[in-house]
Amino acid sequence: MMTDRRIIDETSVPRLPTGVRLKFDDPRDQWVILAPERMYVLDQVALAIVRECDGVANVGGIIDALAEDFAAPRAQIGGDVVHMLQDFADKGVIDA
Amino acid sequence: MTSIDPPLAMLAEVTHRCPLQCPYCSNPLQLLTASQEMDTETWKSIFSQAAEMGVLQIHFSGGEPTVRQDLEKLVAHCEGLDLYCNLITSGVLLNKDRLIRLAAAGLQHVQLSFQAAQADNADRISAYPNSLEKKIEIGRLVGEIGLPLTVNAVMHRQNLDDLEALIDLSVELGAQRLEVAHVQYYGWGLRNRAALIPTRAQLDRSTNIVEAARERLKGRLVIDYVVPDYYARRPKSCMGGWARQFVNVTPNGKVLPCHAAEDLPGLTFDSLRDRTLADIWQKSAALNHFRGIDWMPEPCQSCDRRELDWGGCRCQAFALTGDAAVTDPVCELSPHHDQVKQIAKKESGESPPEFLYRRIGGAN
Repeated sequence: MMTDRRIIDETSVPRLPTGVRLKFDDPRDQWVILAPERMYVLDQVALAIVRECDGVANVGGIIDALAEDFAAPRAQIGGDVVHMLQDFADKGVIDA
Repeated sequence: MTSIDPPLAMLAEVTHRCPLQCPYCSNPLQLLTASQEMDTETWKSIFSQAAEMGVLQIHFSGGEPTVRQDLEKLVAHCEGLDLYCNLITSGVLLNKDRLIRLAAAGLQHVQLSFQAAQADNADRISAYPNSLEKKIEIGRLVGEIGLPLTVNAVMHRQNLDDLEALIDLSVELGAQRLEVAHVQYYGWGLRNRAALIPTRAQLDRSTNIVEAARERLKGRLVIDYVVPDYYARRPKSCMGGWARQFVNVTPNGKVLPCHAAEDLPGLTFDSLRDRTLADIWQKSAALNHFRGIDWMPEPCQSCDRRELDWGGCRCQAFALTGDAAVTDPVCELSPHHDQVKQIAKKESGESPPEFLYRRIGGAN
């Protein structure tokens, strides 16, 4: 079962795969991603991006939504969102 | 000491029973029998306490955790508590039905061990017939039922030639992660050290293979790499610090900071048969003994890495110097560091002795 590296662009449709869970870590008052033998603490921006990874929205749509939510220029955040999702994809935290 | 944060993860050693006899097993030399294991309800209560405290992940380990017929019940209980369940297994006792039942109970991930990529070597190291074929079958099934897979390849001087084949096998099985972990020398691994320790040249070759594979397989396979401590210049941050992020529970309910600490003399580890997990975590004299930085000797005490490596490994300090309270001799700032280099050079340069296999009473 050979798979190629997933390259994220605005047409990609990201989702959290089996074995990856978003959870609020109550005692430590933080949002975390639980993954195979890994844990990632999410900052506000990372959390906003991960929450949009529902397997329905594509990355272009996610950038539109975040630009509106954060009142930020699309051109300014678009590259950062793609970059972060590519990093997550390389770590196996999202599928696309 | 100010407030003590709860552990992030629990290593639940639900049994010491295992059909394999790998000579580097992480279990203690004195293995517990089935009659000494805690029952289903006691384990469930421990997991409930763990979730209540703020533990996020449970690693089901052993021994071979699938020898316990109640594993599905334990996983289902954890799933009900929203605990992330990982299974660390040799795979040889699994079949498709059992994997489906475990996945349905809430299992999130499987870590499958491989002893070698050549069948005869795998059988010799594990002292178990046809283990490789069985493991490949189980690795495929894990992917088929849709669970993520980590291949755990424990490396040493008697299987390093298989490293490239093990990387290829991981890709072929569709594994998301591969752990290339050189054996650590504690317990059984310490007893078999001369049979396991690679030469510096063998280690450097494996490091080059791993680095090239990481580049080649970026985005397809994540490779974690653990080097043998004896060739390091600075110690590992063992368990992320003593009793800081991880808690280990033995088959009979002892609470340890790691799987090897029970062999340290002078420390009495408390049992969940007598006290609650939260009480032990906060107040256990053994857990507090090496917690934080107050216990540290020099050169750790004034070292700017003291809260990065936490003084290294207490079990290693004891194994190499007879004193668990000194700086990990792997550190080049330790006065014992030359001794470590000499052991590595001498033992790896001689022909390997026979394995002492891991079995009940085997170390006596």
